Amino acid sequence: MSTDRPSFRHPQAARNTAGFTRKDYEGAISTLCAGCGHDSATNAIIQACFELAIEPHRVAKMSGIGCSSKTPAYFLGRSHGFNSVHGRMPSVATGANMANRDLLYIGISGDGDTASIGMGQFAHALRRNLNLNYICMNNGCYGLTKGQDSATADRGSAGKKGVPNPYSAIDLCELAIELGASYVARGFSGDKQQLVPLIKGAFAHSGLAFIDIISPCVTFNNTATSTKSYEYVREHIEATNTFDFIPLQQEILAHYPEGTSQEVVMHDGSIIHLHKTDAGRDVTNRRKAVDSLEEEKAKGRLLTGLLYVNQNIMETHDIINSTLRPLNSLTEADLCPGNTALQKINAGLR
Amino acid sequence: MKPTNIDNPEYFHKVIDCQYACPAHTPVPEYIRMISQGKYDEAFKINWISNVFPGVLGRICDRPCEPACRRSRVEENPVAICRLKRVAADFKSPGADFLPEVPAEKNGKRIALIGGGPASLTVARDLLPLGYTVDLYDNQKKAGGFIRTQVPSFRLPEKVLNEEVDRILDMGVNTHLNCQVDSLKKIVDLGYDAIFVGTGAPRGRDLPDLPGRSEGGDAIHIGIDWLAAVLYRHVIRSGPKVLVLGGGNTSMDCCRTAKRLDAEEVTVVVRSPKADMKASPWEIEDAEEEGIPIIDNHAPLEFVIDSGKLVGMHFQKMTAETDGSGNRRLVPTTEPPVFMPCDQVLLAVGQVNAFPFIEPELGIKMTERGLPELDPTTHQSSIPNIFFGGDAAFGPKNVITAVAHGHQAAISIDLFCRGQDLHDRPAPSTNLVSQKMGLQDLLYDSRVATDHRYAVPTVDRAKSLKNRLLEVELGFSKKTGHQEASRCLNCDVQTIFDFSTCIECDSCVDICPESCITFTDNGDEEDLRTRLLAPSDNKQQALYISPALPTGRVMVKDENVCLHCGLCAERCPTSSWEMMKFTYNCPTAGEK
Ligand SMILES: Cc1ncc(C[n+]2csc(CCOP(=O)(O)OP(=O)(O)O)c2C)c(N)n1
Ligand code: SF4
Ligand SMILES: [Mg+2]
Repeated sequence: MSTDRPSFRHPQAARNTAGFTRKDYEGAISTLCAGCGHDSATNAIIQACFELAIEPHRVAKMSGIGCSSKTPAYFLGRSHGFNSVHGRMPSVATGANMANRDLLYIGISGDGDTASIGMGQFAHALRRNLNLNYICMNNGCYGLTKGQDSATADRGSAGKKGVPNPYSAIDLCELAIELGASYVARGFSGDKQQLVPLIKGAFAHSGLAFIDIISPCVTFNNTATSTKSYEYVREHIEATNTFDFIPLQQEILAHYPEGTSQEVVMHDGSIIHLHKTDAGRDVTNRRKAVDSLEEEKAKGRLLTGLLYVNQNIMETHDIINSTLRPLNSLTEADLCPGNTALQKINAGLR
Repeated sequence: MKPTNIDNPEYFHKVIDCQYACPAHTPVPEYIRMISQGKYDEAFKINWISNVFPGVLGRICDRPCEPACRRSRVEENPVAICRLKRVAADFKSPGADFLPEVPAEKNGKRIALIGGGPASLTVARDLLPLGYTVDLYDNQKKAGGFIRTQVPSFRLPEKVLNEEVDRILDMGVNTHLNCQVDSLKKIVDLGYDAIFVGTGAPRGRDLPDLPGRSEGGDAIHIGIDWLAAVLYRHVIRSGPKVLVLGGGNTSMDCCRTAKRLDAEEVTVVVRSPKADMKASPWEIEDAEEEGIPIIDNHAPLEFVIDSGKLVGMHFQKMTAETDGSGNRRLVPTTEPPVFMPCDQVLLAVGQVNAFPFIEPELGIKMTERGLPELDPTTHQSSIPNIFFGGDAAFGPKNVITAVAHGHQAAISIDLFCRGQDLHDRPAPSTNLVSQKMGLQDLLYDSRVATDHRYAVPTVDRAKSLKNRLLEVELGFSKKTGHQEASRCLNCDVQTIFDFSTCIECDSCVDICPESCITFTDNGDEEDLRTRLLAPSDNKQQALYISPALPTGRVMVKDENVCLHCGLCAERCPTSSWEMMKFTYNCPTAGEK
């Protein structure tokens, strides 16, 4: 197997407004199985970063353990990163985020990493609405440890072992909406046309953006009996909406007929234009968002797209009113109020 | 677009840019691969079968393959294909066990070859193994033609030439050397079954109407005749101040030869801008490196004669102008004529065909340009058993084109002698072989080297300028040859796509370093080219289109800058991509 990729890239490869080519966002060559959905998800992240002209050194990647959690090695090779322990990505991301709120945080996890061992961590990151892009590459199994059913495996679904899963599945998106995430989306690794804008929207969003990427495990869970196989997902996928992500300062060129679209202005001023297939759906309404998910599930369909967005929930820093400056830029003068202040406090306690 | 028909042998042939561009369609990547494996004999044999003169062409070929080389589309310089050919010739073992058997019992058909250059020799080589009796007529004392008389030894040592010419003659050619054919009728009367005319473009153009031309007398020479005279040592010295007129390769050979015959000052003067010169860029470079100035935009006005002696020339300065319809032409400037002193002038201003030995009553139809009227495929003239090839066929081209003509003429002659339709020609033989080895490995070296083109070492300049027989280029060593060979992108190993097993997981799209692959809705070519992942504006290069996939989309691969690295095949979970080596061999005479 190749351990490196040729260094040549297309001679007319485009540069983004920051002067980077797509290659500047790549990482090492993947060691995952050929055809793993995680590699496509990885490439969608690369594409989103390239298109948004994000400066690689302004990004920190965090992950737990799993094939999915290995992927930060395969993108943004020039960014900061921390590969933590199983299920602990949210803690590490929280710590880093508290220390420096200026970076863009990409947290990578898997369904095992999130919905089993890391469930407690996941819940609290959601609850605090940490300004983190939480990407879960969901293959319904523990890929790295040879494909055991995970907590997101649908009841009755059977992977390579052939034993149907007897337990009910956790819907991470519903849970995320329930527990306080302010941007929730679901994509499919096999559909970058939808996935890349979802990731871009998440990056523009302030607060916890959770993206559940259905990402087939070709080796252990791509069987005809699995509900997380390429074929099953393609056949059962239902898009809530298609949307345009319009970065700040870019002119809106498309024309949207009344009632068919919903406009969401992101914190950084970019705009998301949703083209709704169903006028009854409202992605800014939490109850309706959960209803939509449940309705489609009842029909045996898998709802994808932008599921929920709420611009009014404060992110952790704003809730706890923390400093705007990265901790490493604070000097003694900033941190130590001085003897006079201390005397005053002491006096107040006497 | 319709799904690509990869069963058409020309589809993948075209992907092998070098082989496709080569007039003889030499399987270049395969011989380069042999070199990188140290199999010089095999590399030589592949060349010899296809282009007949690997040692010669490895030095003086016009190399149309190199500008076509894919490598030059992904980095600055193409693979040094020509010099690698020389590597094969330099390091092959002395034996000649690759030679085809020539039957002792002849087939009773007799063929005459007029002219002993590369075209005729190729015909001889192709027909002898089939049992033909081959008589070769040439006016020189040794066969070889233009490559013997006009290419100087410092570019092509006589030893190399002799070896390659003799290899063919020794297969059993009946040579009639020192034999000027001054009547084709006489040859026709000898009752040959077929006659092949490969007499080249033997006449160098003169400037007969330029004032002072006749008074200049023997200080003014026709370049190609002068080069031949040097070869035969009729000329052993050059005037101290030499002007060489013309911008082609003959001009470069003349000036560099003059420099080696003790000329003190040699200057090349060209009518047109330097960028329009016909000489190969590397020949121009070599001349300049030897300290020969090239003065462009100067058209000759007159030879200046003083007391019966040539003392210089007048030139008119020219400038290139673009007229209303975008055509560029040369026009004189208003500046006064420029005088350049000299005591010798070599005219290398072009070559023309001449057939003084063809009697009109033979009935060979000629064109207005003084060339025979030929069927472009079969090389047959208006007299069914008379064929033409090389520069004699369609005007001056180059050695490799002459070889290609020779192959085609040999096929025609064989079909003709067997009473078959000359247009029902044998097809190329092709083959497609999987390169998969075990689960993960490939049979070819798929790594893409980042090495830049290696320069060929040369002998000491001062030494080489003193000795016109000393070859300037030393050729690659085995080691450098190997390194240069590793730059080849294996364009003969094709990416074959099986749409029926593809699950559209995007793995190939994601891994492809050049973003060659796109899955998208079908459309016409122009539209598709605007919707691919990477810019797709090289229309010379094909798009490979699959039938519709389950999502309704098609796979589109732009062949343009594919590195043939095999990563798509490696990353595909269903082996829908497979690397397969495509072999394309031109037919030779006698094949079906
Ligand atoms: C504390 C701890 N417990 C268990 C493991 C074993 N383990 C490694 S990866 C993994 C599951 C990963 O599943 P998921 O997050 O879905 O990643 P995938 O490989 O499917 O992408 C487990 C249980 C571990 N590495 N550490
Ligand atoms: S085991 Fe599954 S999840 Fe892990 S790399 Fe292979 S395909 Fe991907
Ligand atoms: Mg998993």
